[in-house]
Amino acid sequence: MTWQLFQLLVTAAGLTVFISAVSIMIALVLGTIVSVVTLSPKPAFALAGRTYISFFRGVPLLVQLLLIYNLLPVMGIDLPGIVAAIIGLSLCTAAFQAENLRGAFASLPRGLVEAAEMAGFSAAQILRRVRVPIAFRLALPALANEAIFTLRASSLVSVVGVVELTRTAQDLASSTFLPLQLFAAAGLLYLLLSWTIAALGHVMERRMRWGRV
Amino acid sequence: MTAAVIVKALRKSFGATEVLRGIDLEVAAGDVTCIIGPSGSGKSTLLRCIAFLDQATDGYVFVQGEPLGFAPDASGARARLPDARVRDVRAKIGMVFQQFNLWPHRTALGNVTEALTTVRGIAPAEARERGLAQLRKVGLAAHADHFPAQLSGGQQQRVAIARALALEPQIMLFDEPTSSLDPELTGEVLNVMRALASEGMTMIVVSHEIGFAASVANRIVFLDGGKLLLNGTPKEVFGQPRHPRLEQFLETYLDRGAAILA
Ligand SMILES: Nc1ncnc2c1ncn2[C@@H]1O[C@H](COP(=O)(O)OP(=O)(O)O)[C@@H](O)[C@H]1O
Ligand SMILES: [Mg+2]
Repeated sequence: MTWQLFQLLVTAAGLTVFISAVSIMIALVLGTIVSVVTLSPKPAFALAGRTYISFFRGVPLLVQLLLIYNLLPVMGIDLPGIVAAIIGLSLCTAAFQAENLRGAFASLPRGLVEAAEMAGFSAAQILRRVRVPIAFRLALPALANEAIFTLRASSLVSVVGVVELTRTAQDLASSTFLPLQLFAAAGLLYLLLSWTIAALGHVMERRMRWGRV
Repeated sequence: MTAAVIVKALRKSFGATEVLRGIDLEVAAGDVTCIIGPSGSGKSTLLRCIAFLDQATDGYVFVQGEPLGFAPDASGARARLPDARVRDVRAKIGMVFQQFNLWPHRTALGNVTEALTTVRGIAPAEARERGLAQLRKVGLAAHADHFPAQLSGGQQQRVAIARALALEPQIMLFDEPTSSLDPELTGEVLNVMRALASEGMTMIVVSHEIGFAASVANRIVFLDGGKLLLNGTPKEVFGQPRHPRLEQFLETYLDRGAAILA
């Protein structure tokens, strides 16, 4: 395997990083919204949240991606594969992040919210200043874990025509007849990226550990 | 002059159980009222209904003459007030909880300044000054940068008091502020409360510290089974002859406290 081939893989890994990072970010925001909606005292909201979670958790990502990719044109929306890929990855990851956050939200001691109510916070301020920051800290290990899962799941988006790391390795393997080396190299790159996410998670955990030593 | 707090025919049920069965109470400005009574008699519920953390099933709470939570409407029916109005009136009240309820992701100073910046819109530099002043008052200026998890229970409770005081309330509510503290840590919290009382703060304190109640409070309220059984000065309530239910309570629940009064 040549240096040139490896460079092609690294370039493709750039796309994998982009798709994963954007999807992880969207999923965190969307997952927060879904988890808050799921915990709403309004039954219709709670049901909508739970339905979202159970659908996107229950249907395989591969099927979701193919659905989105084929559904959008039918609806008259013509999107490049990369956008379909990001939508699919985000929607699916958001369901898992919502579930991670739901547990954290539910485990927040009620008194922390009551202290904020007594201090005059509005419901929105309580969410922003108390519930979300504490829930994120509680859920951080699970959130980081899910982010790593998103990175690995991004290898599936080749089915909607996105030539990211896995697909590039496949293409190069068939043209160079070096499948073993190429897939080993791709695997190594995924591993490095996973470690990076895990390390970022640890750094954040340390910085946000609220003084527990 | 209107009383600091007026509780009128207050009732509270959880499901089929009526926990407060018609409470009437007036707290004058500057009063230190201690609420005592057996566990489960409704002391916390009463305090929480006053603060509108629990919604009473019936009756009213007035804070400095203004209704909190519910008010009679034009036809005299009981109507829920809008959230913004609740927040306005509740701003007159500070509350200290048995479990401190400090926000774990904020330092001691952060806990004290959070509402100043978020709710009151005070600039961070000034909020910091005010926060430090409050921490100094409870003897914790040196611990400003500690997180709650790095503080003892007594220190956490003093931060919680500073957090409430920073918002300059007219009335302070305390729900068993020392009950989850090791005995050797109750003193530092009671001292802060004693100092606050001597400054003239209106206080309603649920406490099993009968010694504190007898020496600091000027009103004692004895709650039993959701009813306000006794309401008077410490002398009237604790002096002989004692109400048999109070006698029984002091004997059953408070060997230590009863000894103080003997
Ligand atoms: N949220 C609640 N739901 C149901 N029952 C409650 C709730 N809060 C308190 N109670 C009941 O109300 C009664 C009075 O409770 P509380 O006010 O906490 O008593 P105290 O503070 O005097 O010990 C108890 O029997 C308690 O079980
Ligand atoms: Mg209680």
